Amino acid sequence: MPRGNIQHRENFLNHIAEQSGRPRSQHVERPAWKQQPQWQVFKHESSDKWVERFKKQCEHIHTDVIETETAGVGETVAETIGRYQAASLMMWEDPRLEEAGLNKHFREQMANLGVETHIWDKSKGRENINIAEQTHVGITYSDITLAESGTVVLFSSADKGRAVSLLPETYIAIIPQSSIVPRMSQATQQIHQRVQNGETIPSCINFISGPSNSADIEMSLVVGVHGPVKATYILINDQ
Amino acid sequence: MPLRVGEKNFENRIHTGLEDAFMRGAVRSAQERLRTRKQESSEELGDWEAWRDLGEEIRTHTLNHLDYYLEQLSDKVAELGGHVFFAQTAEEANDYVRKVAEEKEAQKIVKSKSMVTEEIGLNDVLEDDGREVVETDLGEYILQIDDHDPPSHIVAPALHKNREQIRDVFRDKKGYENSESTEELTRFAREQLRQEFLEADLGITGCNFAVAESGSISLVTNEGNARLVTALPKTQVTVMSMERIVPTWEELDVLVSLLCRSAVGQKLTSYITGLTGPKGEEDVDGPEEFHLVIVDNGRSEILGTQFQSALHCIRCAACVNVCPVYRHVGGHAYGSIYNGPIGAVLTPLLDGYEDNKDLPYASSLCAACTEACPVKIPLHEHLIAHRQIITEKENLGPLPEKWAMKMFGSGTSSPRLYRLASKQAHRAMRPWTKGSNIPNGPGPLKAWTNIRDLPAPASQRFRDWFANRDREDKS
Repeated sequence: MPRGNIQHRENFLNHIAEQSGRPRSQHVERPAWKQQPQWQVFKHESSDKWVERFKKQCEHIHTDVIETETAGVGETVAETIGRYQAASLMMWEDPRLEEAGLNKHFREQMANLGVETHIWDKSKGRENINIAEQTHVGITYSDITLAESGTVVLFSSADKGRAVSLLPETYIAIIPQSSIVPRMSQATQQIHQRVQNGETIPSCINFISGPSNSADIEMSLVVGVHGPVKATYILINDQ
Repeated sequence: MPLRVGEKNFENRIHTGLEDAFMRGAVRSAQERLRTRKQESSEELGDWEAWRDLGEEIRTHTLNHLDYYLEQLSDKVAELGGHVFFAQTAEEANDYVRKVAEEKEAQKIVKSKSMVTEEIGLNDVLEDDGREVVETDLGEYILQIDDHDPPSHIVAPALHKNREQIRDVFRDKKGYENSESTEELTRFAREQLRQEFLEADLGITGCNFAVAESGSISLVTNEGNARLVTALPKTQVTVMSMERIVPTWEELDVLVSLLCRSAVGQKLTSYITGLTGPKGEEDVDGPEEFHLVIVDNGRSEILGTQFQSALHCIRCAACVNVCPVYRHVGGHAYGSIYNGPIGAVLTPLLDGYEDNKDLPYASSLCAACTEACPVKIPLHEHLIAHRQIITEKENLGPLPEKWAMKMFGSGTSSPRLYRLASKQAHRAMRPWTKGSNIPNGPGPLKAWTNIRDLPAPASQRFRDWFANRDREDKS
């Protein structure tokens, strides 16, 4: 993509420097912050304890957690879809989902139950958005998972559309236990590292903690506003 | 809708607020809920004070080097193919967005919640051009369809409305036929707005924090509307006020953690969305074109002054939620889209003292705001500094105060006058005294006794009592 335009920058920034009573800042080193409490959170705990904390937190964010062994992922997702009485699902084009068990066999099983399965297909362009809008369940894999807040972190890409975790009424995240870290700090540190290494980071990174909600009417919580109304996490015991 | 909203006269606004029983009840219960939740979620961290220190240090460093970080941010955005426009004034910002909308021939524009676009009055400008602008945050949507009722709380803009009022607004404006249950009302808004998202040509967002190192912007939401605004339309415009920036993703973590806990007592809101440039070349969803508008609109005048830390604000409204004055008068009484203690500090800085001279007095200086602030802005000290400027430099002090100070000044400057006045006080006030109180004072005392009793002057002056006591001791 060609470089974008920057307009009216010099005057604007010169004025800031002038108001601050100094010349323009040429180079600034980010200081070592005196206090860094974020790294202390759950620091001395085992990864099993993080899993416990994650499950506990999900109770507070209206999200069901279903645990399964590595071999049972396809079966567990199929049962969940059945419970929701969903007629269609859409998932990322993601080899990790295939490997986890959402494979050909799973798709056949869905077809037998009369559930339409769609895979995000970049060659179809914006048609994917229309499909996602009409689909009942969206399924993605969790790139990083946060114990403290019950959060899945999703890195978007051409095969991993933003709409899959957003437009369908129900959202299912496939989460290997090994992806769980204490909190947001570990995820943002990874992203920071990628930036430092000169990589281009995904155009959209979402930290998702349960279904959408609002308390805008009389401060009373309603689950399900513009995004998914329900969320289920499938937690894989892979360690 | 510009910075200043509603009725012009401060006292009228206060009276309207005090007389609105529903609003006062709603404010009270909202404050209690939000405050309790914040307390629980910050206590659970164990070392909240260390988090606040870190928040303050990050904000101070970033604001001290704002030109550097904004330069880095804009370079990164441009590298990714996004466009950056630096707007000194509200007009410049509005003109730019207006031009983008024109170029894209945008009929329908969807917006997620943004205070700075309210401040610069962007919607009016776009609507004047015949474009449809749809607010998609549930609270903002309610206010918008209710003929642009002003927001009354930074985080929960429709706090002053109850569910019956909202049902009526939906019925009158949108043909809603169901009950006042919050679930049904929300469901209706979801259905109405889903279609708008799918049809929109342009999406406009605010920005909680930009990340300088990667040219990213972040949006902190619960409803998911900001995700829709940035995933579906082909063009995205993000309007950010210039101080809302962090150096790297590591600082984003800290400020987002402080924001979510302080604003709503959540560890993280349902969605924290980090957006970097327009969509990737092969990406299917996300905007093809991305514009970042960085707005000054008076903020740079605050840099380098004693009020600089007011720019550290992360708009969590924790100060609003603990303020005893806000609790009584509600958000509309401030007459500004920025209400509560931070509004009383910020509004005169952005809009001048002339029209906002009463705001720094809408505080009991109890300092609960300062204690609640997650980035340690000394809010009550700023309010005192404002009062000093208003009375000493601008000569705009409130009339009763000027009058009282003048009387007190001349009364106390002469020992003879002071003796006379203090001797006569008890007798002079007798017609209005009931027991030991004055429930309905005359003239300038009325403002005080309208809301509480004034203790009557004692029949014996302290000086006389002291002199007598001395005499009795000796005898």
